[in-house]
Amino acid sequence: MTNVVLTVNGERREADVEPRQLLVYLLRDQLGLKGTNVGCDTSSCGACTVLLDGESVKSCTVLALQADGTDVTTIEGLATGDGLHPVQQAFHEQHALQCGFCTPGFVLATVSLLRESPRPSEEEIRHALEGNLCRCTGYHNIVRAVEAAAEAGA
Amino acid sequence: MIPAAFTYHRAASVDDAIEALGQDEDAKVLAGGHSLIPALKLRIARPSVLVDVGRLDDLRYVRDDGDRIAIGALSRHSGLVADAVLRRDCPVVARTAALVGDPQVRHRGTIGGSVAHADPASDLPTVLLALDADLVARGPDGERTIAAASFFTGPFETALAPREVLVEIRVPKVERGVYLKHTRRAQDWATVGVAAAVVDGATHVSFASMAPTPIRARAVEEALANGAGAAEAAGHAGEGTDPPSDVTGSAQYRAHLAHVYVRRALEQL
Repeated sequence: MTNVVLTVNGERREADVEPRQLLVYLLRDQLGLKGTNVGCDTSSCGACTVLLDGESVKSCTVLALQADGTDVTTIEGLATGDGLHPVQQAFHEQHALQCGFCTPGFVLATVSLLRESPRPSEEEIRHALEGNLCRCTGYHNIVRAVEAAAEAGA
Repeated sequence: MIPAAFTYHRAASVDDAIEALGQDEDAKVLAGGHSLIPALKLRIARPSVLVDVGRLDDLRYVRDDGDRIAIGALSRHSGLVADAVLRRDCPVVARTAALVGDPQVRHRGTIGGSVAHADPASDLPTVLLALDADLVARGPDGERTIAAASFFTGPFETALAPREVLVEIRVPKVERGVYLKHTRRAQDWATVGVAAAVVDGATHVSFASMAPTPIRARAVEEALANGAGAAEAAGHAGEGTDPPSDVTGSAQYRAHLAHVYVRRALEQL
């Protein structure tokens, strides 16, 4: 077992992990943050997307040891205070979710996209969300939510 | 899915990585991990020791080196997409990096990792082959340069020795270059990929997913050198290839795609 220390949602967290432990299971099983979902488990679906040092990554394809010393943001850490984060608010208002399983991943992928490109075109949004799958087929509303979040200056 | 157990070593330098690779014959280098970790989880790969070079930030650079551009092996795809030197002097590399995987994969995956993994369906190795890139490896006996043409030796096999680490990729300054791929769905591997580039006045063409390694389309190149137009040269696309048949397409379908995509690539060049 190796000790890892990382900042998760602004808090210093520590855990002993096996080298083969994946970041997503460190977050879910050891740190109790169940908002990050495991979907396909093969780095295709994007349900496990979190921010690693501010950039979207698939946490099922990152070793916990690779995240040692980094700054991780999960869906639990996105909103500050009582309100939703502007991207969460936009998903809510635009009905960009049905079952909600893919939503944490889509929201964090969107936050990462808007940091790199604050006013993306519709085409850019569709390409930028290529790594996230929604099986309730809510893509149109998801794209609208990203546009709304961009307009709101998220 | 959880990988089989392994020993983990975080390399402090390239030399430290080379040393650590000597610990066991089944030791393997971990860069961004976006080819290797899925393989570990499926237990297709079961290395005994993983040597993590991911923190060697001095291998993350793009440098103008006179008539060539030097790319540090740990440069992430997302960094290459945005790199000003590449966009100016070898834009096909930046544009191809933008087609790898998806944004999350590009945030972690590295050009060196992609090249050393040597998936025959991979985008960047195919482009590097068309560009006649040089690959710089460092091992216990120092550095050596391997031409892309002799680097890819089989599916997921390269000319790298067990204790060699790929440290740099050198590409010529090439204004005209195109990479096109056919995928069944967003984010898929290339069913067929075609790179075309004008290097020192000659048109080079190469394929992804048309053989057990990325390969040059020599018959197409020859036809072009003899004055053939795009449509005529594309008629030679299938010659000398050995396309696989799998769930994404039969060999015959791939040969058809190769023909169409070579023509399109040459028309766009």
